Amino acid sequence: MITTDICIIGAGPVGLFAVFEAGLLKMRCHLIDALPVVGGQLSEIYPQKPIYDIPGAPGIIAEDLVKNLLIQIEEFKPGFTLGERVEALTKQDDGSYIVGTNEGTEVHCKVVVIAAGLGSFEPRKPAVERLEHFEGKGVHYMVKRPEQFRDKKIVLAGGGDSALDWTIFLADVASRVTLVHRGETFRGAPDSASKVFELAEAGKIDLILQSQVSSLGGNGVLKEISILDNKKQLTTIETDSFIPLFGLSPKLGPIADWNLGIDKAAVTVVTLDYSTNVERIYAIGDINTYPGKLKLILCGFHEAAIMMQSAFKFVYPEQKLSFKYTTVNGINAF
Amino acid sequence: MINVTVENAEGERQTLEVPTDIGLNLMEVLKAYEYDIMATCGGMGLCATCHIEVLQGAENLNPCNDNELDTLDTLPDADENSRLACQIRPAENMNGLSLRLRALQEA
Repeated sequence: MITTDICIIGAGPVGLFAVFEAGLLKMRCHLIDALPVVGGQLSEIYPQKPIYDIPGAPGIIAEDLVKNLLIQIEEFKPGFTLGERVEALTKQDDGSYIVGTNEGTEVHCKVVVIAAGLGSFEPRKPAVERLEHFEGKGVHYMVKRPEQFRDKKIVLAGGGDSALDWTIFLADVASRVTLVHRGETFRGAPDSASKVFELAEAGKIDLILQSQVSSLGGNGVLKEISILDNKKQLTTIETDSFIPLFGLSPKLGPIADWNLGIDKAAVTVVTLDYSTNVERIYAIGDINTYPGKLKLILCGFHEAAIMMQSAFKFVYPEQKLSFKYTTVNGINAF
Repeated sequence: MINVTVENAEGERQTLEVPTDIGLNLMEVLKAYEYDIMATCGGMGLCATCHIEVLQGAENLNPCNDNELDTLDTLPDADENSRLACQIRPAENMNGLSLRLRALQEA
């Protein structure tokens, strides 16, 4: 069990900056994010895009903003649980909470901050018959441990960068790699695309274009996969694994079941302190909504500062909070 | 002002009056009419949550750029009629455009 003062769900820019605001008030933070990296949308959707409305950082590239935020909060030594999705929130007798993830990690905290943006990024699932039936029994939506595919027969599907990159990488690991793509050409990185065509020509992989995986078969575990081409011809091939790679899309997920006020897939808060209708649970950044809400990173930063002042009373109920400027006091690292 | 017919996930059709002179892209217009689309990336053409299927009038649309095609390629259910609403700028010659919302299941 991890113990901390504040558990922040979501390690995007607002969740990261919240660590700084908490740290100024001597409150420790632990962040959980479903993505394997910090930065949220900035890392997943637009790492190379310039952002023009961050005060004092004109035109900063999204991934640089994430790096800078990590430097800014380093002294407050936040904990990170990445690549795990928050599933459960359990209130304790003393008012504190235990936050649990899909991988069994538990974080005991006095305050919960939801900074989950648009929700957790989850893999897009193609319309394939019996796909969900074989999840964990041969169907994988991401490659976490490439070694598990050593000397196996695998089928990948998709036409983007990750489908190309994993096809190239796994060609040397798996006994047979088949890539199924709806289109005739690839629009991912040209280098990766030409490498995939080279591998196919050399007979190192099977490339099946203008086709889609239509159904899966097997008794208990995945054994075979049926592929439909654009002339409606069906081919069935044997496989141990199927890895559809169609990017990620955000889902609100279990947050919707926590009895919080929800309006149009956002958590309603009061603007006095960005608290939700449940004591000790706050929501900041794109995940919250209130009259006049603007989904801007800079507004999320503001919300983080106000919110942490309010959370102080749950972490240090005996103490009186006195506001201090960093220019006067500097910052006191943990 | 042009007319655009939109079919939602329930198959209900509605014809919208869409202004061509106030700088809104089609995703923004759909949101203004309170269609339930996420438009996660806010119109950068990167998230594919404003995926639409063009039913009629595709020939009048501004063509897909590489960025839009890349993003469409990440969708499991895209086909040759797929576009991202955020990449379409309504213009007078698009009158009569007809489309179906495809990204609703993401909401």
